[in-house]
Amino acid sequence: MINALDQIFVLLKHWIVGFMPEALQPFVGIVLSVVAIVVVFPGLFALTTVLERKGLGRMQNRIGPNRTGPYGILQPVADGIKSLTKEDIVPVSADAVVHFLAPLVLVVVVFMGFSVLPMGRNMQLVDMDAGLLFFFAIGASTELSIFMAGWSSRNKYSLLGAMRAVAQMVSYEVPLLMSSVVVVMITGSLSLVKIVEAQNQYTWGLPHWYIFTPWGCAAFLMFAVAATAETNRSPFDLPEGESELVAGYFTEYSGFKFALFFLGEYLGMFSMSGLGTTLFLGGWSAPLAALNFVPSWIWFFSKVMLSICVLIWLRGTLPRLRQDQLMNFAWKFVLPMTLLNLLVAALWRFMGEGWLRWVVCSAILLGVYVVAGRTGMKRKHYGPRSYRYAE
Amino acid sequence: MLGEGILKGLAETAKNFAGSFVDKERLTTVQYPEERLPLPEASRNFPFLVYDGPDWEAGLRCVACQICEKECPPKCIYIDKSKDKKPDFVGKMQIYPAKFDIDISVCMSCQICVEVCPFEAIKMDTEYELATDDRFGGLLLDRHQLARSNEYYHKIHPTEAAEVDARLAEEKAKAEAKARAAAAAPPKAAPPAVAPSASTPATTTAATRPSVPAQAAKKEEVPSSPPAPPKEGEAR
Amino acid sequence: MTIVFWILAALTVAGALAAVTLRNTVHCALAVTTAFAGLALLFLQLDAQFAGFAQILVYIGAVAILVVFAILLTRGSETSEHGVFSPTWLAGLCIAAAVFALLGWAVLRSVNAIPQQVMAPAITVKDVGNALMTRYVLPLEIVALLLTAAMVGAVIVAMHEKGDVK
Repeated sequence: MINALDQIFVLLKHWIVGFMPEALQPFVGIVLSVVAIVVVFPGLFALTTVLERKGLGRMQNRIGPNRTGPYGILQPVADGIKSLTKEDIVPVSADAVVHFLAPLVLVVVVFMGFSVLPMGRNMQLVDMDAGLLFFFAIGASTELSIFMAGWSSRNKYSLLGAMRAVAQMVSYEVPLLMSSVVVVMITGSLSLVKIVEAQNQYTWGLPHWYIFTPWGCAAFLMFAVAATAETNRSPFDLPEGESELVAGYFTEYSGFKFALFFLGEYLGMFSMSGLGTTLFLGGWSAPLAALNFVPSWIWFFSKVMLSICVLIWLRGTLPRLRQDQLMNFAWKFVLPMTLLNLLVAALWRFMGEGWLRWVVCSAILLGVYVVAGRTGMKRKHYGPRSYRYAE
Repeated sequence: MLGEGILKGLAETAKNFAGSFVDKERLTTVQYPEERLPLPEASRNFPFLVYDGPDWEAGLRCVACQICEKECPPKCIYIDKSKDKKPDFVGKMQIYPAKFDIDISVCMSCQICVEVCPFEAIKMDTEYELATDDRFGGLLLDRHQLARSNEYYHKIHPTEAAEVDARLAEEKAKAEAKARAAAAAPPKAAPPAVAPSASTPATTTAATRPSVPAQAAKKEEVPSSPPAPPKEGEAR
Repeated sequence: MTIVFWILAALTVAGALAAVTLRNTVHCALAVTTAFAGLALLFLQLDAQFAGFAQILVYIGAVAILVVFAILLTRGSETSEHGVFSPTWLAGLCIAAAVFALLGWAVLRSVNAIPQQVMAPAITVKDVGNALMTRYVLPLEIVALLLTAAMVGAVIVAMHEKGDVK
């Protein structure tokens, strides 16, 4: 019974596919899974918009939306109706084809990223041997759509926003990849399914999630920072900050295309959280061995929603980072830490079991973090200024 | 240590989030159409005309002296004097404003009309929900719409209203005293009071009012008594 | 399977043709990105997983962005004054035909040299990784050194400009 609840969606799919003729069966199976993803994640997106607005409101000492439906639950419906009925304005000098394609490319690419995430036992769309590599390859294509959006609007501010966004995303790709490579190194496989299965073991009731190891914790923090920057989320949302660039690269989009960009951004957030959950938080495995009776997909989605809540919390707390601060942080702090983390993880692997490796690895990571933090925090000394043209 | 500030900030926001459900101080939202913030006593928004007694037309304190119309900086008040006189709250015949219009969109709530009114007839109301969908007529309030009772004035500005009432009562008492003194003095003066003496009547006992209004007394009284409306009618 | 191949081939060729015939340079860059995507899908269709993913990751994720930045930071974004085709198109066509003939002859000769249809060995990413770390480790290190030198050079070139302003 428990097993049936856990596998309920898989069984449902097999049952429906059973009705189809032999030749069409794999095709129908894939279509069903795709339809499930396309229905579930935008539904989660709608829920997240309300959650975010009410959560941010409470953090800012105010109530969020509460007029549309009880506790504002129907707010996404109102937003959807508004987006659909707004006039779709395309500037006269804008490049119509590219302007039209940019949001489409973004949404398609982001949906493709969901196909390798294991959302429960046996519940991934495709089990590729190089699933992680596919995910990152897809993630790299989102930058192209942002550039297309910014350039096709023929608006200096959009272009500037797009340039900044692409620069930011390219810079944070490297720490993102590096912090995931540590997990691959220890697991020995690029397949996300195998990574989750490697974390599904328990000692003394506690799971083997990678976040509970020193290198895993460091890698998770760096992954979180890089993922926040990849999805252009506060505090890294300079490209789309309303007070900076009037919405940046999607200034010239209105109505449904704007809603598509919004959807694409939130779905990117979901897929990054999903990846983080899979790599570090154990995917669909339960936190304690005793809790295995709860279906695996419930664990996966609760962990993803927890990550989303943390992202919302970060958004409500931190001020925006300036572009040069962002880039300095990526290249001068996060990247060296990820490389150090690789060394520490290798050390962990070759030191063998025991308490010694915990102490050594934690000590190295904490020591370097504190020292690097202190040197970074030293104030630069400003001398007297000299003015080139005034003297 | 790097990251300490972020953690402190996260703790503060978490406190805000959790506290907003239980603590009134952490959730200061006043949900407007259902709840309203209580206004301080000295707040002001738009003028109104005070009337004493039950009938607004009879008790209106305004005598159409047009001082407020002349002093108003954006000239939002329009007054038409009446041609006849009608008895006011205390029975004295006064001219009254036939038309008294104030334009909501022009008034800037400066309170100058209140400061210059010698009759305490116009005061500031705290009512701010004056929006209307009638762009032309709805923005011009006439005399009937502007009239509010003295009890209403006490309700919205208690200390101010008490002060005004005290002042008015004091003036009334002074006028009464003068009237009684004037009425008591002339009978003491020489009966051949054909020569109108400009001297003020001396202080005397509080004699009863002479029921026979003497002509001389009238002439002597009129220049000396203050122009307070109540109680003078009888002295005349 | 062949229908998929024809669709992908049509996509790639269309992208490549668009890249040389369109007037607007940024459109050309986007068309060449489509050609890259078509190539990556062809690799994946041939079960060369690593080649396919690396093509997407490197070409579309990095090279296309680089091309686009280069177009924008120079004056290439203006449309060319004199048409898309250069005056010496006939010579270009002859050279292109010669290269095509050479390549086609080489490919056909190698196909005929293989005696029978052998199953292509499935090369997984793991096999590529193993080979890089055992048999080809020296070329790997040399390429890494080359990339480091290139990056250091880029940083020096960029820094020199900032130093000049003072």
